Amino acid sequence: MLSIKNIHANVEGKEILKGINLEIKPGEVHAIMGPNGSGKSTLASVLAGREEYEVTQGEVLFSGKDLLELSIEDRAREGLFLAFQYPVEIPGVSTTNFIKAAVNEKRKYQGLEPLDAVSFLKMMKEKMAMVEIGQSLLSRSINEGFSGGEKKRNEIFQMAMLEPKLAILDETDSGLDIDALRIVANGINKLRTPDRSILLITHYQRLLDYIQPDYVHVLYKGRIVKSGTKELALELEEKGYDFITESIDQSANV
Amino acid sequence: MKEDLNLLEQAAQNDYKYGFVTNIDTDTIPKGLNEAVIELISKKKNEPEWMLKWRLKAYAHWLKMEEPTWPNVKYPPINYQDIIYYAAPKKKEQLNSLDEVDPELLRTFEKLGISLDEQKRLSGVAVDVVMDSVSIATSFKEQLSEIGVIFCSISEAIQQHPELVKKYLGSVVPMTDNYFSALNSAVFTDGSFCYIPKGVRCPMELSTYFRINAENSGQFERTLIIAEDESYVSYLEGCTAPMRDENQLHAAVVELVAMEKAEIKYSTVQNWYPGDKNGQGGIYNFVTKRGICAGKHSKISWTQVETGSAITWKYPSVILKGDYSIGEFYSVAFTNHHQQADTGTKMIHLGKNTRSRIVAKGISAGQSNNSYRGLVRASKQATNARNYSQCDSLLLGDQCGAHTFPYIEVKNKTAIVEHEATTSKIGEDQLFYCRQRGIDAEAAVALIVNGFAKEVMNQLPMEFAIEAQKLLAISMEGSVG
Repeated sequence: MLSIKNIHANVEGKEILKGINLEIKPGEVHAIMGPNGSGKSTLASVLAGREEYEVTQGEVLFSGKDLLELSIEDRAREGLFLAFQYPVEIPGVSTTNFIKAAVNEKRKYQGLEPLDAVSFLKMMKEKMAMVEIGQSLLSRSINEGFSGGEKKRNEIFQMAMLEPKLAILDETDSGLDIDALRIVANGINKLRTPDRSILLITHYQRLLDYIQPDYVHVLYKGRIVKSGTKELALELEEKGYDFITESIDQSANV
Repeated sequence: MKEDLNLLEQAAQNDYKYGFVTNIDTDTIPKGLNEAVIELISKKKNEPEWMLKWRLKAYAHWLKMEEPTWPNVKYPPINYQDIIYYAAPKKKEQLNSLDEVDPELLRTFEKLGISLDEQKRLSGVAVDVVMDSVSIATSFKEQLSEIGVIFCSISEAIQQHPELVKKYLGSVVPMTDNYFSALNSAVFTDGSFCYIPKGVRCPMELSTYFRINAENSGQFERTLIIAEDESYVSYLEGCTAPMRDENQLHAAVVELVAMEKAEIKYSTVQNWYPGDKNGQGGIYNFVTKRGICAGKHSKISWTQVETGSAITWKYPSVILKGDYSIGEFYSVAFTNHHQQADTGTKMIHLGKNTRSRIVAKGISAGQSNNSYRGLVRASKQATNARNYSQCDSLLLGDQCGAHTFPYIEVKNKTAIVEHEATTSKIGEDQLFYCRQRGIDAEAAVALIVNGFAKEVMNQLPMEFAIEAQKLLAISMEGSVG
């Protein structure tokens, strides 16, 4: 599904990612953890194609295609979805209209006709139930005046509507209280399928109580320094990042 | 960012699709303006003596006036002797039905998306069509007349309803009001006339479509709408013109009169040829529009979507004379390339407990300049007058300008005037968010701009809201940054 090989990336001339390797197979859920500033969100941005990030080395294959050659919108249409850490407000544009445009752009890319109003509404209803989101929220200007929980639920709703092959969830748990976290996590779990891969980016282990990852990676100073199964996350929770980072820093000093 | 800017620029490159010329025999008079020309226009229109006198009086005033220089627009001096003041498609003496309209004309309007064909007409919308200096056809006239609604060309009204025209023409916009209203009063050629009798709610939208076709001509239209006590009418005008290298002048005057408890809703979708991307050609749209809420509890609401014209100079206004009357102004002005717009409104509060609301949205792209200019005046007698104004500007790219000139004059202590203004740019974050969902930059800009303009678009009648939305999308294709 996604194959990241030796990716190096700069932001404003500073190297943030220093050789990332990651292999994600269909249906797998990978969690990327790490202390603040380790490059987690940079990785998400690089994969989505944010233009301030310059890839200096390496390659990324997404379903066999050279991801880095694709425009931002074509990556999305190919099935890459990024749930934003800070979803953006667009005044005057309802989520319904926004997602309708997105769904139809994707269909156009796939050579399909736009969805008619009835099919679209039916699809909306289905997905709304899945992520426990109400019509009234979807009729409001997207993300404008939404609470933290509403914004994140809205992201998961969009993910449900766009049915991506790969979903990257960037700190989806940040700023959520326990109830909101549960709802968001339930939504994500319902969206797990044998051919959909998920990349969870998180600082805390608590999200992984709700979403069980197949693999956990620790990102530190732009590199994946440790990989394991979900037990690694528990260990991190218990001992903190220090137990890994200290040994890395020490070996670097030797 | 650079790529986005380019996309914005591309979006801004879109072609004007109404720019064709209809090849039709046109009856034009020689260029130039003098008393003889005015007499000729009046004669061609077979006008009564009083009308000609009125025109000549206006002309005499105009000669003494100076062209205004206060708007925030720049253009070379207009040579008023180099304009043709009357141009009309040649036609049979008297049309008995639409079947007699020149087929070439019918095709023209079909191309513009306006079908005059009886069967295919927009259902529920009566249309008056004005090409160059004359009204070509008015639909649904008979059905409307059954309930007492008069909807016809102003030329016809001068013949058929002189008492109404005499009473109201120039009553809201006096011929001496300003340079262009004086010029219009002298040489106006056609336009629409609507009269809604007491207690009648006009059952369909009334609409006028203005088309400039002839070369070197100016269009000077005159529209007059009178709503008697407790009546209601919704009126819409649209306009287009061919693409030409020289500038053409359009100087219209629109007057609205709302009596007690009457309501007039006036919507404009203005799409005159804006000139090419280098600023060559385009229409000078110098228009005076004003309504008076003459009776208590009356209401006048202006909605405008301005995407065309090289230069727009226009301030649809409301005089709130009747107590408890309401004035509204909703505007979206989009400028691209080298377009210049100086537009806004005047809300003149005279009566007690009068209310007004202004929502103006300016969108600038390319190297264009977009100014909002508005006056809110509460006179001494206007106890408890209230105004709320909101002016928002959206900039696409970094070479355009947005300006706001609000004027507030309050002479009554109980009046409350609120003004809010914002200026924003389409954010990179917004664009990235849209693109990550598969919406390309161009479509994203359209989406964001439509969202920005939505509050105003919502005021338009349904069919036109959709049209206006499309128009906005076309006008700004490629303008994100």
